[in-house]
Amino acid sequence: MESIIRTEKLTHVYSRGTPFEKTAIHDVNVEIYRGELVAVIGHTGSGKSTFMQHLNGLLRPDEGGVYVEGEDIFATKEATRDVRFKVGLVFQYPEYQLFEETVYKDIAFGPRNMRLSEAEIDERVRESARLTGVGEELFERSPLELSGGQKRRVAIAGVMAMRPRVLILDEPTAGLDPAGCAGVLKNITDYREATGSTVLLVTHSMDDAARIADRLIVFHEGTIAMDGMPEEVFSRQRELVDMGLDVPQSAAIADALRARGVQLPSSIYTSRRLREAVVALAKGVAPC
Amino acid sequence: MLKDVTIGQYFPGNTIIHRLDPRTKLILVIVYIAALFTAREWLSYGLMLAVTCAIVAVSRISPRTLTRGMKPLVFIICFTGVLNLFYTTGGTTLLDWWIFHVTTDGVKRAVMMVVRILMLISGTFLLTYTTSPMALTDGLEMLLNPLKKIRVPIHEMSMMMSMALRFIPTLIEETDKIMSAQRARGADFETGRLMERAKALLPLLVPLFVSAFRRADELAVAMESRCYHGGEGRTRMKQLRMARRDYLALFSGAALLAVVIVMNVYGL
Repeated sequence: MESIIRTEKLTHVYSRGTPFEKTAIHDVNVEIYRGELVAVIGHTGSGKSTFMQHLNGLLRPDEGGVYVEGEDIFATKEATRDVRFKVGLVFQYPEYQLFEETVYKDIAFGPRNMRLSEAEIDERVRESARLTGVGEELFERSPLELSGGQKRRVAIAGVMAMRPRVLILDEPTAGLDPAGCAGVLKNITDYREATGSTVLLVTHSMDDAARIADRLIVFHEGTIAMDGMPEEVFSRQRELVDMGLDVPQSAAIADALRARGVQLPSSIYTSRRLREAVVALAKGVAPC
Repeated sequence: MLKDVTIGQYFPGNTIIHRLDPRTKLILVIVYIAALFTAREWLSYGLMLAVTCAIVAVSRISPRTLTRGMKPLVFIICFTGVLNLFYTTGGTTLLDWWIFHVTTDGVKRAVMMVVRILMLISGTFLLTYTTSPMALTDGLEMLLNPLKKIRVPIHEMSMMMSMALRFIPTLIEETDKIMSAQRARGADFETGRLMERAKALLPLLVPLFVSAFRRADELAVAMESRCYHGGEGRTRMKQLRMARRDYLALFSGAALLAVVIVMNVYGL
């Protein structure tokens, strides 16, 4: 597989040289491949958000480097600016960054900063609005008078409209109800399918990660503690719990059933797999 | 960048300076400033400098932190120094060239002025570095309490002050966050001409104001739902109490001022 982002010995220290000095991330080496959907997991303060902000050049590392498509993003000022359009970052609670008079203008802010033609901007705004389920009837409304879920979608559309090759989302489902969560996750997978881009999803919801990710990276105390396929990571339940994380509910239920002697296959971490396994089991022992 | 602002910041610690009652510290700063302006000659300046250094040493605030806080004031300090150097007459002339006249008195005045400003800043910085904003406003409110008799809304003023102080870090953090978010969408805050730059601030200011108003609203509701109705009959969680060290400190302050006044009278 082709690598799209690579970090080398990435280290970041906040407030260096004051009594508040704190090492946020330390010696992080990771490689992200084109087209992957990676979930980055870790509890509050594990350094995952700091890590993400390095990937599009918003934070400068104290040591080490970040390479996007093989290029050092901190080599020149232009490279650092260009990478913002290659790697789109949706911050936590992105609805607080909406500022334009209308929804349309707000989504167009990113593409406009890329100095695209009006026709191109229009096409991108409509496309990303469609992908996030923002109806065109909202285009002329003020973004500040929408509902919370709608604002979130508009904000995400604003980043998608730049058509970044890598889309990073920091806790995109935080504070949404289950329907809102499912909606946003679907927007993300739809975007990925439509554009073939790479997606990094920062989350502390194991269920979200289990539902859509191909690969999991677990941050703990500023370093990468685990990196692998969901089934590999979720099979290390004990370690996850020790880090203050948990496993998806389905994995926990499967584990509890196994402990009571129910014969279930390993690597169950989504509700669908669990249901299938239980149904198969029930059919197998049907005549009871 | 924004996070490096140290003016008015509080550095927690547990030295005797940190533990002094905020009222004591406020009074001592006033006494210190009075003494500083009374000092006129080398000897009294030396005494003040020694006292300042001693307090810095006891408070365990690193001199580097102190000098870093002074950085924004370098221009004013230099400006004052240069002005005093050239515009003081008297004493023997050291340099007389074109419009520049430097005299021995000028050099003395310039050095003293610069040292005075530096000590002034150090003293006030030490107050904010070693006292938490909450303690400071509490102390100020209690010191100004007598003014309530003539209907000055002291409690309201100190409440506003503590809220403003409380929200400075929050707003700085918020500004940082919104700036990063807009930068991620390609906003450019650093380059361009004045008008372009002013326009570029819009994506920052609109969300910042929206969230500041939201916060103010939430805070008001939170305060009302906890039955806040002004200072009347309100009790405190942290009672301020003067300890022996406070009286000792106040006495030392008074003694310092007295000594400096005597030195001034004798022209030392």
